[in-house]
Amino acid sequence: MASNLNHRVRRHTLKGLHFFGLFTAMMVLCVPGLWIVLNSFRPTVEIMAKPPVWIPNDLNLDHYRAMFSGIGEGGVPVLTYFANSLVISVTSTVIALLIGMAGGYAFARYKFNFKGGMFVGLMVTRAVPGVALSLPLFILFARIGIIDTHFGLILAYVALNVPFTIWLIDGFFRQVPPELAEAAEIDGCTRWQAFWRVEFPVARAGIASAGIFAFLTSWNEYALASQLTRSTTSKTMPVGLLDFTSEFTLNWGGMCALAVLMIIPALILTFLVQKHLIAGLTFGGVKG
Amino acid sequence: MAQVHLRDVVKKYGPLEVVHSINLDIADGEFVVLVGPSGCGKSTTLRMVAGLEGISGGQVKIGGRVVNDLPPRERNISMVFQNYALYPHMTVRENLGFSLKIAKQSQADIDKAVDEAAEILSLTPLMDRKPGALSGGQRQRVAMGRAIVRHPEVFLFDEPLSNLDAKLRTQMRVEIKKLHQKLKSTIIYVTHDQIEAMTLADRIVIMRDGHIEQVGTPLDVFENPVNTFVGTFIGSPPMNLLSGTVKGSSIEFEDGTLLPVPPGYEIADGQAVTFGVRADNIMPVGHALPRGEHMAEVEMAVDLTEPLGTETLLFATLAGTEVQAKMLNPRPVQSGERMTFQIMLDKCHLFDAETGATLRK
Repeated sequence: MASNLNHRVRRHTLKGLHFFGLFTAMMVLCVPGLWIVLNSFRPTVEIMAKPPVWIPNDLNLDHYRAMFSGIGEGGVPVLTYFANSLVISVTSTVIALLIGMAGGYAFARYKFNFKGGMFVGLMVTRAVPGVALSLPLFILFARIGIIDTHFGLILAYVALNVPFTIWLIDGFFRQVPPELAEAAEIDGCTRWQAFWRVEFPVARAGIASAGIFAFLTSWNEYALASQLTRSTTSKTMPVGLLDFTSEFTLNWGGMCALAVLMIIPALILTFLVQKHLIAGLTFGGVKG
Repeated sequence: MAQVHLRDVVKKYGPLEVVHSINLDIADGEFVVLVGPSGCGKSTTLRMVAGLEGISGGQVKIGGRVVNDLPPRERNISMVFQNYALYPHMTVRENLGFSLKIAKQSQADIDKAVDEAAEILSLTPLMDRKPGALSGGQRQRVAMGRAIVRHPEVFLFDEPLSNLDAKLRTQMRVEIKKLHQKLKSTIIYVTHDQIEAMTLADRIVIMRDGHIEQVGTPLDVFENPVNTFVGTFIGSPPMNLLSGTVKGSSIEFEDGTLLPVPPGYEIADGQAVTFGVRADNIMPVGHALPRGEHMAEVEMAVDLTEPLGTETLLFATLAGTEVQAKMLNPRPVQSGERMTFQIMLDKCHLFDAETGATLRK
């Protein structure tokens, strides 16, 4: 009896400890995010208060109102930045996915010379930190005149994302048995139809997760964008955050408000595809 | 339905030739099984007929038409794969109707054909499930349904039963045979399982290392194997092989044991031979089939027994080689027990010791 009790107590204690551990980890992850959301609704005085005010006394939409108002009243061209971000992220993601699908499929299905070397080469490009490329890219882009254009940033993001999408999508196509496409071909499909009607839908989850990663990388990227964009015609939202800094002051509230606007689409997108995302990331784990 | 002809068909991967100029004629409505150990080229041959592998040399004809360079979709064939290759994102109904949909048939025609196939294979209650929710046997039936729905000229089966457990395999074997009787279509079936080959085939094609060793009806290849490979590959347990030398009208084995030369063989004195006898033709006295005309008796000690119910397999040593014998109406046998065995000589085979080819005239 005593040993039964011991085990029960131990199990409950372990469960409690697990819960506590998870709670701590989640708090570390979430508090900065929540702090941003909270600060976007608080007056600057309260944000700057020392010691910090944990429980807000006064919540309002002042920072949002200011952000959307005209220049000189603390306003920034939010909608333009948002549109820039959207155009650049979506376009670069679509292109990176198309190239990633073609490349990933080729790596998964075909034998060709220097296959291993090329694959490693693609991965090695990921080892170079993006910031290290900013100066060479800046000089290059300035020479050919694509600084401060959507096109320039899209090009940079496609290059940044393609190795990753190829790598991820290659993994997913490897999981799709080649017999599926063969069966489809025997069933009357052309090679192309077999891909679009059978292999693509089966690997859809993986392609969706590759897409999300590519999108989030472009959407959140700051280092390159801050170098390669100059004006409102091409600035993305992360770069737009800098509009809230001036020589002597930092408008934390405004910055947080813009950050919230930036987070929301990413959050919505992640929620929409989370089923695919999880299925995609665990795809290799269990054989169907 | 159609005939299939293979003329000097060769398959090369780079410099490596895996199928060496094989010739095979398959009649309309015939059930032909390609059988052989793994790596013998049987699946490659099937895939060349299907159009999934290029043909490096020779000619493949289906229904009188050379199909060498036609893509699979223009060959009017269908295929059942070892891992079924069902489309996981489609329901059973969609899986069955896929080929007709690709062929742009009307929905009414598709439904009719799909329901008909589902009826034949008793898939009707499963139509709205996805392959992931089916058992192995059900998936197998869907794969067959997908093959028959299109009424192709030739059916190709690539080891379709090897992913099933033993009981289901036997059951599906019967279903495939019934299906063939019903559809009367030409079938090429690949397997490494000689029992499947024997039970299903009108004709068996035994392959090894990219060559065809023998083509014949199941009984023909069982009773008249052209070489030791076919002798040991077809039949279970495999044929016992003993090496010896012909001395007059006897064969002398390595330890001096003498057995008469089986009837029907005329072999020069001193020739090295391999003596082949199946377990069914070497039985202990009193537990055997009625005596034939040509019998020989040997005494052996039993090393091991495998009781199978209606018969017991006895492992004994003859002339230094382990041989398997069968005991009908079995009684318990102790290991080490010495028994007298009868060998039915007219069922025995002699092969050339060097080439392994049969010495039968």
